[in-house]
Formats: sequence, structure tokens, C-alpha cells
Amino acid sequence: MLDDMPAPLVEIDGLRVEFRGETGPIVAVEDVSFSIAPGETVCVVGESGSGKSVTSLSLMRLVEFGGGRIVGGALRFARPDGRMADLSEADDGTMRNIRGNEIGMIFQEPMTSLNPVFTIERQMTDGLRLHRRLSGGAARARALELLREVRIPEPERRLRQYPHELSGGMRQRVVIAMAMACRPRLLIADEPTTALDVTIQAEILALIDRLKRETGMAVLFITHDMAVVAQMADRVVVMYRGKLVEEGPVGRIFAAPSQDYTRALLAAVPRLGEMRGKAAPEPMRIVGADPGMARSLEPAARPEPLLEVRNLTTRFPVKGGVLRRTVAQVHAVEDVSFILNRGETLALVGESGCGKSSCGRSILRLVEPSSGSVTVGGTDILALSPHDLRLARRHMQMVFQDPFASLNPYMRLADQVAEPITNFGLARGTDLTDRVAMLFDRVELPRSFLRRFPHELSGGQRQRVAIARALAANPKLIVADEAVSALDVSVQAQVLNLMMELQADFGISFLFISHDMAVVERVSHRVGVMYLGRIVEIGSRAQVFENPQHSYTRALMSAVPVADPARRTIRDDLNFRPIPSPVFPLGHEPGPSVYAEVGPGHLVLTEPGGAA
Amino acid sequence: MKVLRPFLTPKGAIGVLLVGAVLVIALLAPLLLPDTAATQMDMRARLSPPTLAHPLGTDQLGRDLMYRVLLGAQTSIFIAVSAVVMSIVIGLPLGIVSGYYGGWTDNVLMRLVDTLLSFPALLLALTISAVLGPNLQNTIIAIGVAFTPFLARIIRGEALRVAQMPYVEAARAAGTTDGKMILRHILPNIMPPVIVQSTISLAFAILAEAGLSFLGLGTQPPNASWGLMIQASRDYLDRAPWTALVPGAAVALTVLGLNMFGDVLRDVLDPRMRGRG
Repeated sequence: MLDDMPAPLVEIDGLRVEFRGETGPIVAVEDVSFSIAPGETVCVVGESGSGKSVTSLSLMRLVEFGGGRIVGGALRFARPDGRMADLSEADDGTMRNIRGNEIGMIFQEPMTSLNPVFTIERQMTDGLRLHRRLSGGAARARALELLREVRIPEPERRLRQYPHELSGGMRQRVVIAMAMACRPRLLIADEPTTALDVTIQAEILALIDRLKRETGMAVLFITHDMAVVAQMADRVVVMYRGKLVEEGPVGRIFAAPSQDYTRALLAAVPRLGEMRGKAAPEPMRIVGADPGMARSLEPAARPEPLLEVRNLTTRFPVKGGVLRRTVAQVHAVEDVSFILNRGETLALVGESGCGKSSCGRSILRLVEPSSGSVTVGGTDILALSPHDLRLARRHMQMVFQDPFASLNPYMRLADQVAEPITNFGLARGTDLTDRVAMLFDRVELPRSFLRRFPHELSGGQRQRVAIARALAANPKLIVADEAVSALDVSVQAQVLNLMMELQADFGISFLFISHDMAVVERVSHRVGVMYLGRIVEIGSRAQVFENPQHSYTRALMSAVPVADPARRTIRDDLNFRPIPSPVFPLGHEPGPSVYAEVGPGHLVLTEPGGAA
Repeated sequence: MKVLRPFLTPKGAIGVLLVGAVLVIALLAPLLLPDTAATQMDMRARLSPPTLAHPLGTDQLGRDLMYRVLLGAQTSIFIAVSAVVMSIVIGLPLGIVSGYYGGWTDNVLMRLVDTLLSFPALLLALTISAVLGPNLQNTIIAIGVAFTPFLARIIRGEALRVAQMPYVEAARAAGTTDGKMILRHILPNIMPPVIVQSTISLAFAILAEAGLSFLGLGTQPPNASWGLMIQASRDYLDRAPWTALVPGAAVALTVLGLNMFGDVLRDVLDPRMRGRG
């Protein structure tokens, strides 16, 4: 394959990067070699700690600012005059000339990669004046042109605005416009869509792809998401623990991976649509693990409701003015009703700000709902006194998104898992120790972890501790709020399988809150799609995924990147309707959620609100 | 003993050494030195620079600065430590309750604290001391009350931050009661800034005592305290700078030691720092 290629734009040869550690150098990247041809998209994919970001930062020589050192190898880059320059030995002046000029870079966080105190114009024209020596007027004209190129509406107005006045997707477009300002021949994109919602991700991916085709620049795309790789890449570089595992054209990598690690990585990725025609959730594929409890997850013949939510509404006050009076309300959850059966999983899926998390928190009364009713096993949760509520929490537990923040850094793991048991007086003394040890066994953590503190564990291990804590009091309901979103894909698969096993063993009901459609399709019995505080469509997994009726459900599904390079859905410029603000003036009373039943138990929101 | 390893770093060792030395001096000097050592005047050697007879020089009344510094340690340290402990005892519950419960409790408590904050700390201490009468105990109360609002503010901010952490929400979802929540989840997580602020407060307390003494409300002459010595040196700075340097160095070394000790203490208490160099 390599023989057919034109002269490469970038040749990374035997790169080795070290960071200074407390007990000696830590090797972050070891013997990594690959090249990028002009006009080609190379995706570097790997899980956290694989060295993929360090590799791209080395190419920009930015790794030194983070305490890293390039100790070996060459980073050859074709300068405009055709010479190959070794960037690992380039001086500061040369690098300044290359950064932002010949190589553009976009980062993960669109919130923090723009300076909040300067206008968009100021930030966009700085680079143009420096590298292209444009005058103020010419730089402004070029900035406008760039904003049009990235399809930002009303570009003249945007130039005068500050970053906080723009939405996340718009900000990332500005960042891309800035990276494109000097017509770089290489664009490095480091997880550019990870922090974005799926519809905005689709727009940004389409934008990068179009710019690449129009300008002929090469793209080095860093990501952890195999689905994004499938949509974007010409060639793929798979990295694991600082080493290059496998490299090849995208079709070959997905169709016939030659390395075990690549196979495992691909297997763990859920693909939207692969559950078509299946009645029950299925465990994630993990290479080397035996599947075999799918049957037990089939929905009960006679479903028995555990959680009933009726007309749940939650509003948060927006305070303003000198007296900090409530001036408006965020309508976070608006007239939501659903039933979750015993031993089943109901997924609430939607984009950020749609109210799915607020809904979960309202059910547990971690935030106080404004109206509606919530019953768990016949108990009206919203009517309970604080004392009774505390006791009722024994039956409903929660697993949070961020395994780093949901465990107290100052408490031993055993004590944290024991907390619900002691809170409800379920066990003490050796009985308690035994129970905690058994919970550790159940979530497959070694008992040696009992005496450890959270920081000594990896993200996946911490999430197992959080699950053990949620299980400790034998709850009937667990609300899992984006419980696997922060985890690497292989770890995510293991944690999801653990949750499904626990469901099969103990008959636990899960309210599974997630933004990830492919994961939801895999694990849930029923699915509710949320938009602007309301459920716009709810039904069985098959009904919602195989026969989506609401236009928002369809838009959401069309935006999900599919982990299959043969099915490239993200190509043409996409423009989804931006989600309107859920903030309304005081006294605003939107109408009730009215549903049409399009199939047995398959409800679609008719009016009002929604994108129908 | 892995837990105590931070004390074996240079910073930890110096901190322990300095704080230990100051404590030993404060406890033993009054027992080992004659009562009159600090007040004995050597009229022939007033404002004497360091000599063999007076290794650290003398003040304007010919009193030996070495003895005065050694004997003044007890007063200064006792007042400073007591006052800061008092401000923690009042400020910690105030700040935690305010930050954790929020709402009206927070509003009322913090307006009170803000009222206290709006007086200069020294003026507040001066007023309290003047009202209660000048003696050791009232000096401690005056300084302690004056320092409380600063600490309460810092603790409230931290408690507010920690109360919003997911592990607090997780504990609430697990049925944890408020009391247990504060003791096990809030308190350990707000200690680092409290420790740092306390060591800084100790330094200011030593100086605040000096201010009160100067105005005749703190330590009464001829007894020695570091603050009193610094104040007395004011008129002789050009002719006899050692009169200021000697007690000044004592304050500086004590504060340096406390700061280092506080830093290391914070690391020892933080499980994340254990097992590291």
C-alpha cells in the first residue's frame, strides 16, 4: 500500500516521548512510526493513556509545555518549499512559524480553547496579522470569509460577540475557522467532538470533512470513538499503551483487523441497528469472555410495574436583580409520565439539557419536583417526610457519571460501600465486613481493594465500587445517570455486562440515562426519547429504534455515527435545528404532553413543544 | 509508617524542627531561666550590639534580647495558638452550617460575619479588649473573635463547593444523615484550606498581639512578648536595628516553620498524596 502513495506530508519515524516521573522517566510514546499523505485523513485511535494525544502534541512540539520530552525519533514535515524539516530539532522561531500557519490545531473543549475576554474578531485576526501580515481591514475581511466557510449564520454579528454568547457547536466552528485561517496543509484535530452533542458532532464532522475535500489539506484526527473513525478516516493508526498496534486503510482495519487488540476494541463497540429483530437486551461482546445470560433478560410474561411516574414536572428558578428574586424558570422536566417494570431497563435518551438527568434526580428527590407523582413499589415518594424519604432511599439507588467525583477521596472504599448498609442499620460488625467483601466479589474487584482509597483505582474500577455501593442495600431500582459515559469502550462493555448480570440475578430495574443511542439500543427493554424536558417518544426498544415516529428521534438516529466505514452517513453538510432555550418567564404554563398511540405501548408526542 | 513519609522530606523535616524548637523554648525557657532574666537591666550596655555578654544585643533599657526572645516565646505562642484555636472552634461550625445548609441559615450567618468583617480586625480586637479589660485571657478572646469571620468565610466557601460534589449527592442518595454527612464527607474535604489559613492566621495573631500590647491592652511591660519587642524597637531602628531583627527573626522562623508544617500536615491527611516521595 505504502508504495502507491505520493510523497508524504508528514513522516513520524520511531517517535519516543518521555515525561519526568517521581521515580524516573515515564515513557508515554514508544517507537511510533507512521506517515500522512497530502489530502489524507489519518485517524489515531486508542483508549485513555494510549499516547494518541501526546503523539499529536509532539508534532506541534507542544508536548514540551506539558513537561514531556521528545527523546528519540524524527518528525519530518514537508515545508512549502518541498524540503523535509525535522520538527523534533526545529528551533522556536521555526515552530512559531509552523504552528497555526502550516499546521492548524483544534482541541476538545470548545469552551476553554477560546479566550473569554476577547471578541471573536480579535481572536480570529491575531493569527492572520502575525503570520500573514494582513492589515486590520484585510484581516477582518478574511475572518468574515472564514466564518462563512464554516457556515456560521450572521457572521458579521458573530465577529463582535464574545465566546460565551455562542453555543458549543458554534464555538467549535469558530475554533475550526481559526485553525483554517492561514490555510494549513495539515489540520490536527484532538477529540474535537467528544464534548459535543451527537447532532452537533455530526455537523462538525461533516464540516471538517468538507473543508478537507475543498482545500486539499491533510487531517490528523485523534479520537477514542471507533464510530467516528469509521466515518472520517482514510487510514487508521491504532495505539495502545504508547505503542502502535496496527496501521492500515480504514476498510481493512474494520473488515480484517490483524491484531487481537484491534479486534477486541472493535468488538466492544456497539453498532446502532445491530439489535434489529431481537426481543431482549444482549450483553456486549467482549473478546475472550463467554456470552450466555441473554435469555434471562427477556421481558417478563406478565410485567409488574415498579416505578410509576405521572406528570412529573421540575422547574429551577433563575435568580436575578439586586434582591436575587426569581425572574424566570428553567423548565427542566415538563409533564413526564412513564412506567418502569420490575427487572427491566428503561432508557431515557437525549442531548445535553433535555432534562434526562433532572428527571432521574427528581425521581429520587435529589432535586424537588414542582408537581406530579412518583411511586416506587406502591409508595408515593413525593409525599414522604424527610425522615421517611431517607428510609425509602434504601430501595432506590443511583450510579453517577463521573467515577472520579462520585467517591469521597478521603474515605476507604470498604467504608464507602458499607455506608448504605450502616445508614439503614442492615448489618454491623463482622456481618457488615462480610457483606462488603461479598459485594466486592460480586462486582469483580479484588478484596485487597477494600482498604484502598479511590485515587488508587482506574476509572472502570471506581465505577464498579460505585455500583457495589448502589447494590449494598439491595435496592429494587437503580438510576444510572450516564454511568458508563466517562469510561473507555472496553471498560464500558465490561461495566454494562456487569449491570445486565446483576439485573438477571437480582431482578433490579434500571432507569438508564444516556446520550449514547448505540449503548441504549443494546441494554434497554424500553426507551424514552427526551427533548426540551418532555418525552417525545416512548416505546419498546424495537418500536423506537426500528420504527421511529417523532422527527426528533429520527434526527437523533441519523446523527449517530455508525462504526462501519461502508456506511458513511456523515458526508454532506448537516444542519440540525438548534435546541431552543428551556428558560421561560415566571407564570408561563406550557400545555400538557399529549400523546398519540402509534402501536401497543408506543407513544409519540403530538403537541405542544417538540420538533414535530 | 508510610503515612508519615512526607515528614521526612526536607520541607517536612525543617517544619517539624522549627515548630518543635519553638514549642520546646516556649515550654522550657520559663522553667530553666531565672525569673528576672527578661527584666534585668544592664544600664552600661543599653542598645548594645551583639557581644559576648549579650549574644543578641540589648534593647534601650539594657535588657538582654536573647533572654527576652526566649522568654517572650511562651506569651506569644500561647496567645497566638489559643486565639487561632478559638477562631477555628467558632468559625468551623459556623462556616460548615452556612455552606452546607445554605438558604436562610446561610444568609443570616453570613450577614453577621460580614458585619464583623467590615471592622478592621485590629480595631475589633482593640474594642473587645478595651471593653473586657486588659489581661491575657481577654487578649486571646479579642484576637480569636477578630479572626473568626475570615476563617468562617473561607470554610463556608469550601463547604459550599464540597456540598455540591457528586460524592455528597451519592451519600445523600444512600440515605446518609446530615450529621454523618458533615463529619465524614464535608469535614475531611474542607480541611486542606483550613490548615493553610490557620498557619497564616498564627503569624498574624502574633503580630496582632503586638499591636494590642503597644496600645497597652495586651502583654503588660516589663514582661516580654515578641510583638511588644518589635513595637518597642520602632524608635531605635536606625541606631540599633538588632532590636527589631531579633524578635522579627523569631516571628519569621516560627511562621516559616508553621507554614511548612501545615503543608506537610495537609499532605499527610490527604490519601492521594500517600505513598509518594
